Order: sequence, then C-alpha cells, then structure tokens
Amino acid sequence: MEMLVASAIGIMTAGGIYLVLRLRTFPVILGISLLTYAVNVFLFASGRLTIGAPPVLRDSMSSYTDPLPQALVLTAIVISFGMTAVVVMIGLGAFLGSNDDHVDDQPTGLEDQAEGKS
Amino acid sequence: MSLFFIVALPFFGALLPGLMNSAGRSACAGVTFTVSLAAFFGLLTNLPSVLAGEMVTARVDWMPSLGLNFTLMLDGLGFFFAFLILGIGLLIIAYARHYLSRSDNMGEFFTYLLLFQGAMVGIVLSDNILLLLVFWELTSLSSFLLIGYWKHLPEGRQGARMALAVTGMGGLAMIGGMLILGQIAGSYDLSVILQNRDLIQADPLYVPALILILLGCFTKSAQFPFHFWLPHAMAAPTPVSAYLHSATMVKAGIFLMARMWPVLSGTPEWFMIVTTAGLVTMVLGAVIALFKHDLKALLAFSTVSHLGLITMLLGTGTAFGAMAAVFHILNHATFKAALFMSAGIIDHEAHTRDIRRLGGLRTLMPVTFVIATLAALSMAGIPLLNGFLSKEMMLEETTHTVSFGAPWLVPVMATVGSLFSAAYCFRLIGHVFLGPVRDDYPARPHDPGAGMWLPPAILVVLVVVIGIAPFLAEPFVKLVTASLLGIEGEVPKAYFKIWHGLVPALFMSIIATVGGLLVLAIFHPALRVWETTPRPEAKVIFEAIVETAAHLARRLILGLHNGAFTRYAVIGSIAIIAAGFHAWSTGTVAAPTRAPQAAGPVPTAGWLMLVVATVGLVVMHRNRFLSLILIGIVGLMVSIGFVFLSAPDLAMTQFTVEVVTIILLLLALNFLPKRTPVESSVLRRVRDAGVAVAGGLATFGLAYHYLLRGAVTAPISEFHLANSYKGGGGTNVVNVILVDFRGFDTYGEIIVLGIAALLIYALTETLLNGPVRARLLNREPDEVRAGDMHPMMMVVLTRVIMPVVLMVGFYIFLRGHNEPGGGFIAGLIVSIAVVMQYMASGFAWTSARLKYPYHGVIGAGVLVAGFTGIGSWFVGKPFLTSDFTYVRIPPFEKFELATAALFDLGVFLSVVGAVMLSLESFSRLARRAQVPDSEHPMDIDPSREDPAIEGAGSIREGV
Repeated sequence: MEMLVASAIGIMTAGGIYLVLRLRTFPVILGISLLTYAVNVFLFASGRLTIGAPPVLRDSMSSYTDPLPQALVLTAIVISFGMTAVVVMIGLGAFLGSNDDHVDDQPTGLEDQAEGKS
Repeated sequence: MSLFFIVALPFFGALLPGLMNSAGRSACAGVTFTVSLAAFFGLLTNLPSVLAGEMVTARVDWMPSLGLNFTLMLDGLGFFFAFLILGIGLLIIAYARHYLSRSDNMGEFFTYLLLFQGAMVGIVLSDNILLLLVFWELTSLSSFLLIGYWKHLPEGRQGARMALAVTGMGGLAMIGGMLILGQIAGSYDLSVILQNRDLIQADPLYVPALILILLGCFTKSAQFPFHFWLPHAMAAPTPVSAYLHSATMVKAGIFLMARMWPVLSGTPEWFMIVTTAGLVTMVLGAVIALFKHDLKALLAFSTVSHLGLITMLLGTGTAFGAMAAVFHILNHATFKAALFMSAGIIDHEAHTRDIRRLGGLRTLMPVTFVIATLAALSMAGIPLLNGFLSKEMMLEETTHTVSFGAPWLVPVMATVGSLFSAAYCFRLIGHVFLGPVRDDYPARPHDPGAGMWLPPAILVVLVVVIGIAPFLAEPFVKLVTASLLGIEGEVPKAYFKIWHGLVPALFMSIIATVGGLLVLAIFHPALRVWETTPRPEAKVIFEAIVETAAHLARRLILGLHNGAFTRYAVIGSIAIIAAGFHAWSTGTVAAPTRAPQAAGPVPTAGWLMLVVATVGLVVMHRNRFLSLILIGIVGLMVSIGFVFLSAPDLAMTQFTVEVVTIILLLLALNFLPKRTPVESSVLRRVRDAGVAVAGGLATFGLAYHYLLRGAVTAPISEFHLANSYKGGGGTNVVNVILVDFRGFDTYGEIIVLGIAALLIYALTETLLNGPVRARLLNREPDEVRAGDMHPMMMVVLTRVIMPVVLMVGFYIFLRGHNEPGGGFIAGLIVSIAVVMQYMASGFAWTSARLKYPYHGVIGAGVLVAGFTGIGSWFVGKPFLTSDFTYVRIPPFEKFELATAALFDLGVFLSVVGAVMLSLESFSRLARRAQVPDSEHPMDIDPSREDPAIEGAGSIREGV
C-alpha cells in the first residue's frame, strides 16, 4: 500500500515537472495541476496511511487516522482551485491580448526594446 | 495635551486640506493653519512641566517583542525643536497661502506639508530610536514630495530624487547604527540609552555605530561631502525651502547629533569626524555661496555653511560649544527663514531671483529691504542682532579647540568661514537692494501684501529683540542646553551679552567683517578667477554614480531575470532536488517502524489507472482535449484513493473541485489552440525528462521513507481527536478542525479564495474593456458549433435535478459537523448545481434569474464568518471562540446549535461566490466572442408558439 501511494506521488510529481517545463501555457497549467495532486497526496500521506478509520468519532471505534493533514489538505484543494483559475485567466488574457501562448518572453521587437531602455 | 495628539494632529490633519481644496484657497490654508495651531498650543500646554525640568512622556506598547514601542518624550531639547517646527510652520503656512499661484494645487501642497510637519515633530518627540527611525524615513519621503511639488519642472523632479537618494541612503546607514546602539545598550528606548554612556563608548562596536549614525546625520544636514543635494532641492517652491532648509529637515541631523550628544560625544573619533566635517562644510559652503547668482542658491549654500558651523560646535564636545550650538540653531532658524521668505517675495514680485538682474530694490520694495537687510546683517554677525551673539560664542569656542595638533587651525578656518559669510551677506544686500534702480526688471517690483511680508517680519522682530536683549533668550537656551547635556553635563555659567571686553573673538569678528567688505570690493575680479578655476560638479558625479549603479543592476537583473519561465522552473527544480539530496545524504536514516500494509487487487487497479493516465497525459499532452480527460481520470483516482484511505471529506472535496476545474479549463480551451505544437528539441526534452525523473524519484523516496516510519513526537491531532466532541461539539474531527480549532486559518483561506475570484473578475473586466474586446467580437469559432446550443433534454434534466442537488448541498452542509461534509463541500455542490443551469439554459437566461451578484455573496460569506468570530468578543472570549448547545423543539429530535455552523455558513457562501464568480467571468469572455444567446432556454420548445422576443429589456447582465 505504502509503495503504491509513494510511487503515485513520485509519478505525478515527475509528470507535473515535465509538463511545467513545456513552452505553452496550457500544458504548464496541467503540469501545475498534476503537481498540486502530488503535493496534496504527499501532505495527506504525512498523517500515515490508515484504512477504514475515518476521523469521525464513533463509540465503537478506538483509533482514528490523523485528522489534521486532512483538514489542511481540504483547504489546500479549494485554494488550489482558486489559484488554478487565476493562472488560467492570466494565461488566457495573455493569449487573447497577443495571440501567443508561450510562457517565456519571446525575442522582443524594436518597440519593446525601446521601452525597456527608457 | 498628550504628546500623542501633538504628533498625531498633523498626520490626521493632512487629510483635511485635500478635502477643503474645492472650498477655496483660504479655506484650505485656514484649515491647515488651524491644525498646526492646535498642535502648537498642545505643545505650549506642556511648557510648564518642561520649565520645571520634568520629562513629559507618553507610552503605548506597539511591538514589545521587537523593542519597538510608541514612546514619546518631551524635554527641553525636544520642546525647543518642536517649538521651531510648529512655530515656523505656522508662519510658512500663512506665507504659502499668498505665495502659491492659482494654478498650484493647494490641497496637495498643504497635505504634504502637514505630513512633513508630523514626521518632524515625531522625530523630536520620539523616545524610542526605532520609532525615531520610522519618522526619520517619513521626513525623507514627505520632503521628496514637497521638493518635487512642481512636478512639471525637471529641476524639481531631479532635485527631489537627489534629496531622496542621499537622505534615504543616510537613513539606511543610520538604521544600522541605531540597531547596533540598541544592542549595546540592551534597549531601544532613548532614555535608557542616554544613561549608558560608558558602556557604549567602551564597546568595540562604538565606532561603527558612530560612523553609521553620523552618516545619517550628515546626509540629512547636508554636511560635506553630502552637501550637494541641498542646493538642488531649491527647485522647490520657496515656502518649502524656507521651512525645510531653515528650521526643520536639515536640522533633523543636527537634532540627532544633539540628542545623542551625551552618549556619543567626547571621544577622539567624535571630535575628529564631526569637527572636521563641520569645519570643512562651513568654509566650503561660505565660499561657494559668495559666487552664486541665484538668490536661493546663495541662501542654500549659506545654510550649508551655517549647518557646518553648528556641527563643528557640537563636535568640540564641550558644554560651552553645545550651548553655542543651541543658540545658533535658534538664531539661524529665525534669520534664515526670514531671508528665504524675502527671496521668495523678490522672486514673486520681480519674477527673477538672479542677483545679476536685480539691484536698486531699496526704494521699490522698502519693507522687504528692511526685513532682508536686518536678517542678512544678523547672518553676517553684526552687533545688536542675534547672529552676532552666537557667532561670537562660536569664535570664542574655536580659540580653545585644538585640531590636528595645531591650536591656530580651527580659529583661522572659522575666521575665514565668517569672512566669506559676511561677504555673501553684504553681497546680498549690496547687489540686490543697493545700487541704482534699473529699468530692465522682468516685472515691476513692489512690496507684496501683508500676508507675505508679515511672517518674515515677525521673525525679524525676534532677530532684533534677541540681538538687543540677549538675556531674554538666555534662560531658555540654558534650559535646552541642560537637557542636551543630559544628567552628567553642567550648563556653563557664561552670560549672553553683547560686550565681552577685548577678547580674541571680538578681533576675529572684526577681521571677518572688514574682510567681508574688502572681498565684496574685489568681487568682480574674484568672480572671474572663480569661474575660470575648474571645480568638481557634484551633480555630475552624483549622476555618474547613479548611472553606473543602474547599469550594473540592469546587467545583473536582465542576466538573471530574462523572462524565460521555463528556465526559472528548471533552476528551481534542480536547486530543490539538490538541497533535498544534500540533506538526505548528510542526515541519518532510522530503521522502519511500521510494517507495510498489503495492497489488494482493487487499490492496485486504481493505482494502475492513475499511472496510466499520468503517463498518457505526459505522452499525449499535445492533444489538449485528450489531456483534459486524462487529468480528469487522475483527479478521480486521487479522490477514490482518499475514500479508501479514510478521508471521506477530502474525497468529496476533490471530486467536486475536479468538476469545476474541468469546466473552467474547458471554458479556457474554448479560446486557446487545441493542439500544442512541437517546439523543443529532442535534447531539451531529454533534459526536462531527466529533471522530472529526478524530482519524481526524490518525492517518491521521501514519501516512501516516512510512510514506513511513525511520527517522532506525538501528533498534535491527538488533542483534536480528544477534544473534538467535548470542546467543539462535533464528531467529524476534520470539520471541527476547520471551523473551530483552526478557524482563523480557514477564515484567512476563504478571504484568499475571495480575492482570487475578484482578481479573475477584474482581469476579465480589463480584458473586455481593452483591445481584446474587438478581437473577441471578430473572432471566428475555430471548432464546428453544435447546432443545438441548448438541447431540450438537458434543459429539462438540469431543471429537474436542480432542487435535488440543492437539497444534497443543504444536507451535506448541515451534517458537516458530525459526518463528512461541511461548508466547503456544500459550497462546491451548490456551485455545480448553478453551473449546470448556465450550461444547459444559457448565460442570459440564468443571469436574468440571478438575484444576488456573486461579489456580494463572497462579501457576505466573509462578513458572516467574521461577525461570528467577533461575536465571541461580546462574551469576553478571543476572536472565533466557538460555543454550542443542544436544544429540543418537539416534535423533532434533540439537535445541536453551534456558532461553528454559522462560521461554516460563511465558508459556504464564500466558496459559492468565489467559484461562481470565476466561472462566470470566463463565460463572459465567451459571450463577447459569439452571437448573444437567445433569451429562451431551449432552442426548440414545442410549448412556444410565438418566437417573438418577450421581455428583452428585463434581462440583466449577471454582475
């Protein structure tokens, strides 16, 4: 079980990093989403893996899984939605404004150079 | 009046002039004057205590852990400076009312002036050196605004920039010095520091601290070699020059030297640095001033020279020198402010302040003539005027001062300085007022109205009164000197009088005065020599330094920060991996303490799907629609994994977030290209894959490592588990942590979420109002449109399902405290219900039925959560303390009422608002791009006979 979770984290991280290093906005956003999954699962796993003991108090139960990482990851999931939305909006705005969805600054034209110097 | 009010009044008052701007110029100046006057009277109410030798204090702990407290104190020295700042400030305000023209924005001017005044008063009343630094920086900033007030003049902007650069750098140095000083003394309170003279002077860090603090003082008070900014600051309106450069800002450095005098002075280092800098500044300033043709430049350099004089007196380290310094500060403030105002009058009436174009104004402007002449003669050190008295004391002091082992050096230099000082004063009188009346003035000079000449006249009355009856000023000066010297010093017995007998100082004075007249007689040949001698131009040097620094910074920044995001990402990834590897390889690894759990076929199958989807996503990411589906699978598998691993709340959240994220990405993909082209070389892809694999292995190793080992210490969640029901009244511990134990975190998070949504909204608005709008309107859809935009089946289905989904959301919300669920999840579920309506029935139809704008929903959420938190204040508990009780209303079962549920309601509302506002903003872009959708929810509707548009006017935009 531990092996599965750890390797899933590793694979999602690797995929996320690879996509983040792409040159266009859309794959980079997908890469960030993958990294978000990886980080969330990683944080969640810091409470160690427990099967069948959700942190909902029951008289019949004596031990529960660690609730704190869950609470932190829950807000992290929601916040990461907000962040993804902002990044998507920025990427979309940049594309609509310049018809170019590169993440890197492209070699500047004459106007841009003049602007940079002033 | 409390010291707090005296300091706060100008700051709060600074709001008023801007508001009064439309009420007229007199109202604007009047309100400023009233504010200053109130602060001035407030200061005077403390006069009896100061005269009695008490120290008035006021204290509020601000950040005690940093030693930064809002502590104010008022002693003789502080009172003296505050009196000058507020008193001369009043005169300046009256003068500025008449000086500024109709085209100047008076409210802006007086706002800056009051800000500056407050900062200055803050400096002189601070009892905490950190607080003093705060005010110190505020004076730099506000003086920047004042000097650059005439924004249309390049000289004004350059002068303001130069002043800010020089005094700002000095301020930075001083922060370092003050921190060292505070460390040595063990306290940042001045009253403590001032009593630790021996401790501080014995410390090895005394010299660095001294040098750093003096750098701050010298830059502020324009001492050599930092004197060059002051003349350039003369591009400011004359009231600013008169205020900043006679009585206040440049005296801040002097004030600090005086304030720190008891602990810093008396050492050879202090004597060498301060006396030498003062002496050089005094002579240099006087010589340059003589050859300046601009009246204000002449006065500026004379100010530099006089500040050097005061600095030198403080540098001698004797009690008599300190007393002379205090007296000269008072005298200089009176005559120099009067002179600046006179220069302003001449500029205002004759439309020039170039001395070469003036002359003969004696008969044309008799009132100004009298005022300026008396002030200038005082500055020259002519008997029966106050400048004479303090200059005599200065010369007397120099005869006892031995520098560089030569007893003659300081007296001779001081005499030379006085000689040139007398010469430029005589030049000012002779070349401006005396001589024949000319007929080529740019404007016909005449005396101004009383509003302009009365303020300098009041100062000149003081000049004469102190000059004739020095015993009037004596007790006050001695009081100030006593507080300057501190507890250990003893105020000199010497009396202030005009005739001291045939002392050396008198002969030096006579030499200076006669010599000054002689220099004026040979002024024109001397000027020719002066103009042919090459001199280093401070402004050119300064600009060269700035240019070099900017050039270096640009090379460094552009080299590192070249706009290539991928490059930063690679560097960042590698750095993090390397740091982790270093930690791993140098640390110790304990043996595993947990046995691995067996994985059944179902988890393995889920894992396989996740891995295949991830790999597929990476391999096929160029097909963007496909990659969206694949990432959806990854998210789904992660949610299922959460369910399996005892985290039902997480699973529900992840699942619902997944839905809205995919919708969001689809909305964006609508505009983006549908494929990613191949651009990077194979080599580059191999490099990226290498980095990615390394990162993946690193996280895998880390995760696997700690999954097999128990926590080193007992997790704090044991407390949460134990107290969730007892203290929080809920059995779902995750939810109780969110809304109760860590409620403050959650509160911050919903605010962040709201901000993100508002940011998206703002970006959309900007896009829609910019050039993008036209592009969107002309955009041709790049995909084939579906013929049936709003299929009837879907419309019907979503409407039927809507109440059910809302009910589920309501249920999830209510049970959240005890079962998996809660505000976050319920908010997401309800958002999905609404989004379905947008998708099925169209934007216009849904917006028209929208009762509350989403911004309001976010705001309401944050407010509800906030007020729930504040509610606990009313029962004397800290913010967000929760409470709950059980009630029973027949025929229902017993149920729980918790304030945490109210807080969760706030969370719910914020989430709904934020999610909907984000999605709606994206849809609005789409709306611009396409044909507006029809008002009818269904394209084909058998019940609609008449296709006529009904109630088109009632449709609202969903904002």
